[in-house]
Amino acid sequence: MSVLVLVEHDNASVKDATLAAVTAAGKLGEVHALVAGAGAQAAADAAAKIAGVAKVLLADDAAYGHALAENVAPLVVDLMANYDAFVAPATSNGKNIAPRVAALLDVMQISDILSVESADTFTRPIYAGNAIAKVQSSDAKKVITVRGTAFEKAATDGGSASVEAVSGKGDAGLSSFVGAEISKSERPELTSAKIIVSGGRALQNSENFHTIIEPLADKLGAGVGASRAAVDAGYVPNDYQVGQTGKIVAPEVYIAVGISGAIQHLAGMKDSKTIIAINKDEDAPIFQVADIGLVGDLFKVVPELTSKL
Amino acid sequence: MKVLVPVKRVIDYNVKPRVKMDGTGVDLANVKMSMNPFDEIAVEEAIRLKEKGVATEIVAVSIGEAKAQETLRTALAMGADRAILVVAEGDVEPLAVAKILKAIVDEEAPGLVILGKQAIDDDSNQTGQMLAALTGRPQGTFASKLEVAGDTVTVTREVDGGLETVSLKAPAIVTTDLRLNEPRYASLPNIMKAKSKPLAQKTPADYGVDTTPRLKTLNVSEPPKRTAGVKVADVDELVAKLKALGVAA
Repeated sequence: MSVLVLVEHDNASVKDATLAAVTAAGKLGEVHALVAGAGAQAAADAAAKIAGVAKVLLADDAAYGHALAENVAPLVVDLMANYDAFVAPATSNGKNIAPRVAALLDVMQISDILSVESADTFTRPIYAGNAIAKVQSSDAKKVITVRGTAFEKAATDGGSASVEAVSGKGDAGLSSFVGAEISKSERPELTSAKIIVSGGRALQNSENFHTIIEPLADKLGAGVGASRAAVDAGYVPNDYQVGQTGKIVAPEVYIAVGISGAIQHLAGMKDSKTIIAINKDEDAPIFQVADIGLVGDLFKVVPELTSKL
Repeated sequence: MKVLVPVKRVIDYNVKPRVKMDGTGVDLANVKMSMNPFDEIAVEEAIRLKEKGVATEIVAVSIGEAKAQETLRTALAMGADRAILVVAEGDVEPLAVAKILKAIVDEEAPGLVILGKQAIDDDSNQTGQMLAALTGRPQGTFASKLEVAGDTVTVTREVDGGLETVSLKAPAIVTTDLRLNEPRYASLPNIMKAKSKPLAQKTPADYGVDTTPRLKTLNVSEPPKRTAGVKVADVDELVAKLKALGVAA
């Protein structure tokens, strides 16, 4: 079986989510990586070094610059004549493009897989991670998105794939990129951070996020996350959100501060290796999943913790 | 322009789903069902477009069992003008839903289709993108802001690193993210009025769509349970635990 993997990149380097997708794809067959972008040679070179990648296809065209699904999907569909499966990381880009590819190929996509059981059988979470479904696909070609935290990341060196230029139809003329507002952060990216400190509604305002959560995160070299309640209340931008509708994370250590532990939030973090909860309500659902719990007022406990570390 | 809003009847988001003992699925008997939360946001956005004079008519569509009629009545009570119910047995996959919606789009010719970004039962996040593919229209997924001016639809999208704005040529397909709006509650008079709004009943066969699943669910199981943890008495004990984990020096 030959598998085409969509590379998530910023033109210069390959993002971590791709590495997990390469591992998942490797369980199916020979892995070729597609780098679609504008001025993305450096990303293609980086992709060629990923262990397990046999070939890199580089589609370098202004039309692919902002990964617009209307332009990228037809390119993938053309290339799929030579492949049995298309695998994308379950990032916002992957989720945007892959179903468009699947429908054009007339196949059902298998979203957010947790494991590869065989060439046509996979497991995936449903109902906000409250159940795991094992599904078997009857489609001739498979279109799959991969949960980044469920697979080991492929090594970023050791590979020596060749890079081949490919071209597609270019701009479909349906959509155009206007602009982006990317949150700036010096801290580790949430989905790849080893430690995450997350705050909830109990923080009360954005000022407290700065003075209580961030110093603790900095002390630990951790990424900063938030519950949906904290995001909706405007304490932090929405790309901080951990949960079913935000980011899915599985760090070594997840510290939940002032988060009750709603189903929605747990869906995004309950695969963390160690969960630590700090909450003043000892009956909060978060304590049912926490490995280590501390019942106390976060405004007193967290600064004390930060100072003692 | 006419706006089409597909809505799905799902388990209420406050209910903790229980996996059936025989592993065939999740137990939905006697469980509270509601409109998928992202679809409520889609209906709300369509109504706001109508209030701004952009949308002229709002058509709500649902595909599923006969009881999905209740979900459509909710959409009508919120402010949709009429509804179409496509009655289908069993689970209908996103690909089949997208095909039925495509047939409805061909018939109704809406200028905009607004869907939720994902349903909270199957968590697929596919239908909007698939509908866009099948109709050959542009897609604005995970929208947190939507503006319509003439035949240009400007969508601000929630992406991994922050926000991104794209411009789409109408007719377009948009899927809603949580922060697009705060859906309104239907008032009692509007719930009463909704009962007399038109609701057409169809079947997938009327649209020539085969809803046979492509994915076979072999088994549904509980996720691995986490082992019970310990509670520490004070910060010093927590610091010691963190040091033992190797995350603090």
